[in-house]
Amino acid sequence: MTRDIFQPSGRIQFGIFFQGVNSGTIWKAAESGSQTDFESFRHIVQTAERGKFAAFFLGEGLRLREHLGRPHALDVAGRPDAQTMLAALASVTKNIGLVATQNTTYNDPADLAHRLSSLDLISGGRAAWNVVTTDNAWTGANFRRGGYLDHADRYKHAEAFVETAKRIWDSWETPSGPARRVLHEGQHYTVDVTPRLPRSAQYRPVLFQAGDSPDGRDFAARQADVIFSAHPKFDDAVEFRRDIVSRSVAAGRGANAVQIMPASEFILAATDQEAQEKKAWVRSLQIGPQQAIAYLEQFWGRELSSYDPDGPLPEIDPVVEETSETRGSGFHGAKARQLADQWRAEAKDKGLSIRQFVTSKTARIDATFTGSYTAVADHLAEYARVGAVDGFNISPWLIPTGLDDIVNHLVPELQERGVYPTEYRGTTLRENLGLETPVRSEEPARA
Amino acid sequence: MSISNKKASGFLAIELDGAGYVNLARAVLDAESAGFHAATFKDAPEAGRANALQRAAFAGPITRTIAVVPEVDTVYTEPFHISTQLASLDYVSGGRAGWIVTADESPEAAAAVGRSFVEGDALAQEAAASIEVGRRLWDSWEDDAVIRDVATGRYLDVDKLHYVDFETPADFSGTPYSVKGPSIIPRPLQGQLPVLAAAKLVGEGQVPVEVVDAVLVSAPTPELLTAEIRDVRARLGGSVAIVAELDVVLDARGQSAASRPAAPPESDRARYSGPAGGLIDLLEVLLAEAEGVRLHPAAVEVELEELSRLVLPELRRLGSLRPPVQDGTFRDVLGLERPQSRYSTSAAAIAAGKQGPA
Repeated sequence: MTRDIFQPSGRIQFGIFFQGVNSGTIWKAAESGSQTDFESFRHIVQTAERGKFAAFFLGEGLRLREHLGRPHALDVAGRPDAQTMLAALASVTKNIGLVATQNTTYNDPADLAHRLSSLDLISGGRAAWNVVTTDNAWTGANFRRGGYLDHADRYKHAEAFVETAKRIWDSWETPSGPARRVLHEGQHYTVDVTPRLPRSAQYRPVLFQAGDSPDGRDFAARQADVIFSAHPKFDDAVEFRRDIVSRSVAAGRGANAVQIMPASEFILAATDQEAQEKKAWVRSLQIGPQQAIAYLEQFWGRELSSYDPDGPLPEIDPVVEETSETRGSGFHGAKARQLADQWRAEAKDKGLSIRQFVTSKTARIDATFTGSYTAVADHLAEYARVGAVDGFNISPWLIPTGLDDIVNHLVPELQERGVYPTEYRGTTLRENLGLETPVRSEEPARA
Repeated sequence: MSISNKKASGFLAIELDGAGYVNLARAVLDAESAGFHAATFKDAPEAGRANALQRAAFAGPITRTIAVVPEVDTVYTEPFHISTQLASLDYVSGGRAGWIVTADESPEAAAAVGRSFVEGDALAQEAAASIEVGRRLWDSWEDDAVIRDVATGRYLDVDKLHYVDFETPADFSGTPYSVKGPSIIPRPLQGQLPVLAAAKLVGEGQVPVEVVDAVLVSAPTPELLTAEIRDVRARLGGSVAIVAELDVVLDARGQSAASRPAAPPESDRARYSGPAGGLIDLLEVLLAEAEGVRLHPAAVEVELEELSRLVLPELRRLGSLRPPVQDGTFRDVLGLERPQSRYSTSAAAIAAGKQGPA
């Protein structure tokens, strides 16, 4: 069946991920703007829309990152609620998609589905949900329900949640109703709701997902429209595409049903050499000496401030068995002592200082495209030609001007090569991504 | 600060629920140019209604004067989420956000999220707990917590971030819960968003009057409204602003109010129905008694035309209605100063200084 054979679209699109936390965003430069003022968001989203970006992404972290038992001081932190900010941005934009990262563990399906429907309707069919499954008790301490979910159950729980949300979005018979009642009884929650809102211009919010484990990939292959992947490097991207195509065909969805947009960072200039110089500057501001030491402290579980950031890794051992989950889900449960041994050997082998080593661990080495506008455009055109990805989700390292050179210089180069849109195809996110409209399920009405 | 019993002039709010999400931009711009001080957004679970907080957020960046004030339920929601969302609303509106606290009384709302149905006194307990969580989280970042100190490599001054460690009180009827904090967003632009609630939810044994900035007062008829305002003032004291609630149906577009087809369904609010002149007289009386009046128009677009053309200009001329202030905050509208964070070390120092010898 041709539906089962992947067809490259021959083009790529961009999304922008306004991070609002962590070391990727430089706050030390003269050009570093506010992380919370609405004007920062307005500038960047309107720049993205000028560059025909498909989507504007906001992340979510439901507990402030900590370091040795106190809030982490060294990186950018403190960001607006995703859906509230996106509803506001809907009023100052026309075409760009608005993607809210929202958690399945600390939300109720009926409430979250309703709020996403609201965003979708208010924005004229431009909303999307990036489904995340953070589950730790440390985050749960901010919520009524606490940390109730086992890590192993998170995808099972998330899938029931997403399916319930889809039934809620699917519930209106016609644009004016009536709605069919949605019932769900699960292990962790029950839902009995008559949904309040009709379908949007794009039918329902687009679903993004970022899980990378085999379970996460299967979940995405069954449920998601777009994967926010961790595989931007060319060969890796091609391999990841192959894997996702086979999983989505196995799930009965067709080879092109799930799009892929890896996380990425761009450091661009007029020439390759200038870009390399800029990269050194960017890295030095992303990981300063204090951040390098603090990074190791997270894994060592002890203070290491007496160590020289420009010297070798500490010879003393970590005091913790497992690394803390307070840094974020990416660090969940790594074996600290084993990791320290590995890292010391790796740093010694490569001749890296603490700061150089931490930079190599934290900077998105694989995810960074560095070079002249033309060289990077040529490279990206190759991704488009073979269909390695459907686009890139760009994390700017400067707020709010971090997209300016991408939109002013890289986008026109890509347009000249015929691999990047020159206009929005439509007004909804689903149209602009080239996704198919879902078919309404034939679920029988329930009394 | 205390609010005097009689105001020289007051403010007007308008409920924009009837504009839905399709005509939202036009309705809020019309309300702003008419001179309303605040737009409110209802949020009960009824077919066709989009989330109120998001409608308010959409209205924020396209306006400069009017406050945007959504209803947000406190019974079947997560207080941590509400606090973050409302703080975010304050950022996207440039400090013009407020919160109408509601306590959902419908069994359907409980069933939707799989929670036990809450009724009676327990509703006010839920509301009080959510307000306390919200207010503590808004204070959990002191104003100057973001320091961007390049020399020491610190973006934040961690001494200015605070765990809120909220626990529901011992007599809490619902499932007890706790909230750790600190917030995940810096302190709102206004420091604390003004909190409004129906007067019937506030008072002894209910939501403490000290945590509310304004109460919404209803009575069955316009005649009874003045007496009710005085009763509430006597019951709750002078620290809380009073906003009188009024349904409005006006003679408009060549039709008398009585013959208008779009009359709103019966509510527990007083209703004025008739020509603009009579409404001006009534509002003059009410604005002398209460700090503000919230109008619930029968049809947003129709009433806004008449209100903007005939009613608000005359009330301003009479000195009953304050002119709105461009780029002002909602706290400004209510005459509230910007408070220091309860966790502020300098606030503690000031308080200690007051108690010590002069």
